[in-house]
Amino acid sequence: MSNYLLLGDEAIAQGALDAGLSGIYAYPGTPSTEIMEYVQRAKEASGRAVKSMWSANEKTAMESALGMSYAGKRAMVCMKHVGLNVAADAFMNIAITGVNGGLLIVVADDPSMHSSQNEQDSRYYGQFAMIPVLEPSHQQEAYDMVFYGFEVSERLGLPVMMRITTRMAHSRTVIHRKPELAQNELKLPPNARNYVLLPANARVRYRHLLDQQKELNRCAAQDGYNRFLPGTDTSLGIIACGLAYNYLMEHFPSGSCPWPVLRICQYPVPVPMVEQLTSVCSRILVLEEGYPLLEQQLRGLLPHPSREILGRLSGAVPRDGELNPRIVGHALGLPSQTGQAVPPIVANRPPAFCNGCGHSDMFKVINEVMEPYGPNHVFGDIGCYTLGFLPPYNTLSSCVDMGSAVTMAKGAADAGMSPSLGVIGDSTFTHSGMTGLLDLIIDHTPATIIIADNATTGMTGGQESSAFGRLESICLGLGIHPDHLIVLLPLRKHHEENVAALKAEVEYAGPSVVIFRRECVQTAARRARSKNQE
Amino acid sequence: MKTDIILAGVGGQGILSIATVIGLAAMKKGLNIKQAEVHGMSQRGGAVQSNLRISSKPISSDLIPEGQADVILSVEPMEALRYLPFLRPEGWVVTNIRPFRNIPDYPDMEALIPQVEALPRVVTLDADQMASDSGNARSSNMVMLGAATPFLNLSPQEMEEAITEIFQRKGPGVVQTNLCAYRSGLEIARKRQEASR
Repeated sequence: MSNYLLLGDEAIAQGALDAGLSGIYAYPGTPSTEIMEYVQRAKEASGRAVKSMWSANEKTAMESALGMSYAGKRAMVCMKHVGLNVAADAFMNIAITGVNGGLLIVVADDPSMHSSQNEQDSRYYGQFAMIPVLEPSHQQEAYDMVFYGFEVSERLGLPVMMRITTRMAHSRTVIHRKPELAQNELKLPPNARNYVLLPANARVRYRHLLDQQKELNRCAAQDGYNRFLPGTDTSLGIIACGLAYNYLMEHFPSGSCPWPVLRICQYPVPVPMVEQLTSVCSRILVLEEGYPLLEQQLRGLLPHPSREILGRLSGAVPRDGELNPRIVGHALGLPSQTGQAVPPIVANRPPAFCNGCGHSDMFKVINEVMEPYGPNHVFGDIGCYTLGFLPPYNTLSSCVDMGSAVTMAKGAADAGMSPSLGVIGDSTFTHSGMTGLLDLIIDHTPATIIIADNATTGMTGGQESSAFGRLESICLGLGIHPDHLIVLLPLRKHHEENVAALKAEVEYAGPSVVIFRRECVQTAARRARSKNQE
Repeated sequence: MKTDIILAGVGGQGILSIATVIGLAAMKKGLNIKQAEVHGMSQRGGAVQSNLRISSKPISSDLIPEGQADVILSVEPMEALRYLPFLRPEGWVVTNIRPFRNIPDYPDMEALIPQVEALPRVVTLDADQMASDSGNARSSNMVMLGAATPFLNLSPQEMEEAITEIFQRKGPGVVQTNLCAYRSGLEIARKRQEASR
């Protein structure tokens, strides 16, 4: 088969296409976005009629994938780590219903928060739901694991999570493909009552899930992704999870580490393999990308008198942030090297609005209107416009989770803060802002919701926005008064009239929606380029 | 054979187009490659880098360890200095001297450029000017690639084949201007390398 230079995300997408995928659902989020983008560009996806959709949010994506699995076909759903919080209700219950066609849930964590609000570790969700979790250590393994994930999902009748992190997602390497598998035929579940989680059924299904744990442990110990690698020096034993294994082996170019190593790429943690390591080593170093999940399990509540556990909790590895070769080398006590220090002349270069971005004109309008009221009356949300927190704008006072600008504006208004504003993007609004707006309307809350509509999901690279062409009808349908739904064009030449219009809505003692609408300059440029090529 | 390259620039400057050519040339030669990229928030005008590792042996880490990069290839002068902790003592810095000013506290050029030029092994060039001179202002990244080629353990012929393959679908004219830009960069680096011997 041919070789391809693929990102980890792309390797997963190609793996899914080759493993008989019938449908993929996702909401864009760094570092997971490129999985869906790859499928949407792939010729074999259209040739084989693979369904692909940017869903309204991660929960609708997860449920659509479950529906496809119910009908017997292989489905994948992809999201960033915080997206799994949105989809958690569906996620936890799919472990109980089980699946029919293979269901692979790909979750991309972002340790060090390169592009995220937190660095939560999705392996805890996998443990919480009691389902198999795969954590590939390199891109080829990620590709191969997609085949295994679908196979084991169908064999056990359980969803399987693949947990990756930023460096896996966004690092490129040569991928060797396997022969393609055919898609599953449409085949409804033989026992459809499993999907009806009424208490009487749910108790039966939950006990079944508990009974399956033995088999999950057996898979983790025997299916080959977890490996015990003997070493000659037993003064230390190392447990290296996923990518951490690469940072470990970077220090041993010959390919052999002197200490025994347990390489973990599949969960639940295989206890017999851990015992194999602890039976020969009394000092154990745990290297894991993310939270100290395995280290905590190994420590338990009480210290083991004859065993020393090193890792993020002991201080051998920093408690937060992603791993790298230097951190791992330090934990191993190896000499470190570094080049010249960064000269003081180097200034920080944080992300900024693109030249000509409509958000920039919008924030100038908001700032002028809000000037008499003092700072901290404007809530923000997740997207490019979050940069309105930074100088020279300093407009926003929050960025918490998708949709929170709307409902925080409501709560603060309820507390008596006046005026109270929320700024939310078009895609973020249809993701999780609509329901919050319904709360405001029902309660006649005096708050102004500004929708920064750039006609795309901008921050993640310009994916289709579910809001496109339907924002006004959504707001009117939810019940906003037509007089208090206005659309403005954020251009410098309209600044004065925009200020007047926004001012009137801010002074209105009820819910209002102000849409600032101008296409993202990046998507506009891309559209112009592809038009030129035609 | 092993080459660890840090590509540096500002989000939007297209450093990944350089990585694409090097990656293709290395892949056609049957070498192992790992290329860690920055996607997401920093792409909006922030500092971005890509770790490109090429080796005849399997590569473990996606990230280049500190003090081990063979080359820093920067399309912007201040960004060239940001990754010095990653450069090994005998490593080379190849950088464009055309600044990308999108921050209020960008340093004075009179202070910045001498610091860049004082580095022990450095190739500096005005890639934007050279790209314009060779007929396409937008091919400055190919000028930079040319200037870095002597330090990458890949031959100019291998690079030119990769450039040709990548730009082929845009037409022979585009291939030619990119090759022309590439060769002008290569020329500068060879002269500088000879002078330092």
